[in-house]
Amino acid sequence: MRLINRHPSRPLKWLLGFLPFVIIVMVYIGASHQRLAENPNDKLLPGISKMVTSMERLAFEPSKRSGDYLFWQDTLSSLQRLAMGVGISALIGLVIGLINGAIPLVRANLSPLITAIALVPPMAILPILFIIFGLGEVSKVVLIIIGIAPFIIRDMQARTLEIPAEQLIKAQTLTANTWQILLRVLLPQILPRLLDTVRLSLGAAWIFLIAAEAIAATDGLGYRIFLVRRYLSMDVILPYVVWITFLAFLIDWLLRIISQRLYPWYHSQKAVQGQTT
Amino acid sequence: MSFITIHNVWKNYGQTPVLENIHKEVEQGSFITLVGASGCGKSTFLKMLLGIEKPSKGNIILEDEPLKAEPDGERGIVFQRYSVFPHLTVQENILIALEFQKKPLIARMFGSSKQQALQKVNALIERVGLTHAMNHYPHELSGGMQQRLAIAQALIANPKVLLLDEPFGALDPGIRNDMHELVKELWQQDQLTIFMVTHDLKEAFSLGSRLWVFDKVRHDPHAPQNYGSQITYDLELSTDVDDSEQIAIAEEIKSTLHIDQSEAVIA
Repeated sequence: MRLINRHPSRPLKWLLGFLPFVIIVMVYIGASHQRLAENPNDKLLPGISKMVTSMERLAFEPSKRSGDYLFWQDTLSSLQRLAMGVGISALIGLVIGLINGAIPLVRANLSPLITAIALVPPMAILPILFIIFGLGEVSKVVLIIIGIAPFIIRDMQARTLEIPAEQLIKAQTLTANTWQILLRVLLPQILPRLLDTVRLSLGAAWIFLIAAEAIAATDGLGYRIFLVRRYLSMDVILPYVVWITFLAFLIDWLLRIISQRLYPWYHSQKAVQGQTT
Repeated sequence: MSFITIHNVWKNYGQTPVLENIHKEVEQGSFITLVGASGCGKSTFLKMLLGIEKPSKGNIILEDEPLKAEPDGERGIVFQRYSVFPHLTVQENILIALEFQKKPLIARMFGSSKQQALQKVNALIERVGLTHAMNHYPHELSGGMQQRLAIAQALIANPKVLLLDEPFGALDPGIRNDMHELVKELWQQDQLTIFMVTHDLKEAFSLGSRLWVFDKVRHDPHAPQNYGSQITYDLELSTDVDDSEQIAIAEEIKSTLHIDQSEAVIA
């Protein structure tokens, strides 16, 4: 049988997918052992047990200085910033993108501006944000918004324009006015597409969040990583990176499940068109 | 005054004429089938009736009023595809028409007004034979069922004119026959005025009460795009399908269409 026709069984598929992770962990443990055997104080590749004790300290013992459980405090702060930034961006993107896509006069007016804004590198204006909004929460949230809102707006506009003209004509023959078409024909069809776009923009949102936290913050996952870098604390940095990756995975998975539950018609439509999620 | 008067209608796309010099009068309750080779302008003509294209010259008058330049409730439409809303169930797809009419701001009905509206909706769903699929989404329906839904959706708004743009072009022959029965039945019961574009000559003859053939009358072999189409045949169709005269005309139309199609390929 040709290779392109051989499909793995379900357990084999899981096993094959899991294997690279196991190999990476094994390689790490091996290398770590080797270095620690030469120098027990080596900081570059700490052993698993060292990471566990460091994380236990951060997660389950209150900090001596503030009394907080630092790991959970960092997670909460970062997730709050991320949720605010992504949530506000999604709302802006949905409203402006939808209206832009639906109403040619507004599109002619706003589209060039949004294209221009989308080209500004957000990190380059981070100092401006710090000057205007100070070093508090606002500037971090605003950085995420500036980073991803233009992308969401443009994508929502494109998705709105993709809805077949036949549907808009049909709605008009059923006596719908512009507002009714926005509300009942376009908006409900755009919402699952918004979830898709948010999932795509989350990667960028994490980048902006961690960058902002690295530069000015007093807590947060990005703040902690850049703080302990001074002490070469790989035993904290590595678990934090794994944790951030896991959170990113979890959020993406949640959004996908929510979308499938709320919009079954959308996902079967996509399946028919041969797209994948 | 006729129900619909088409007065000296011409249509150009840029420099290219598509339709020229169309004069027709249509009585209420007619079922007009429009046939012609690809690119002959029959779909353009339907779009002008619908209001998404404007005649370059002349006008179309519906009950003493010129047609509005955008689609409205006077004209219902069924396209070949994408006619129904994919995010609404069968029932919601039809109910939404009543919600558009009654609720300008929220476009949604609740409580007793909704129950009342649903009675009307369900009766129509039964007429088109979709009662068993009332709560299904369009993607769960076959092509034929989707077109039944699209027809019901167009009818609930009580349009003065129903426009069908190759509505059965994508369906299997067996299902197509069922749809012919349905449309004929609805047309006779509701005294509708219908315009239907079709590629299928047999369908055009068996379904309509009047048949229009779109074809070019003037030809310039060096510049085939110089002239637009006109309506070359305007036939009153008898219900007797075995009418020998009709068959003879059908053969004649078929032969002219074939000539035109081969020319279109060269052009």
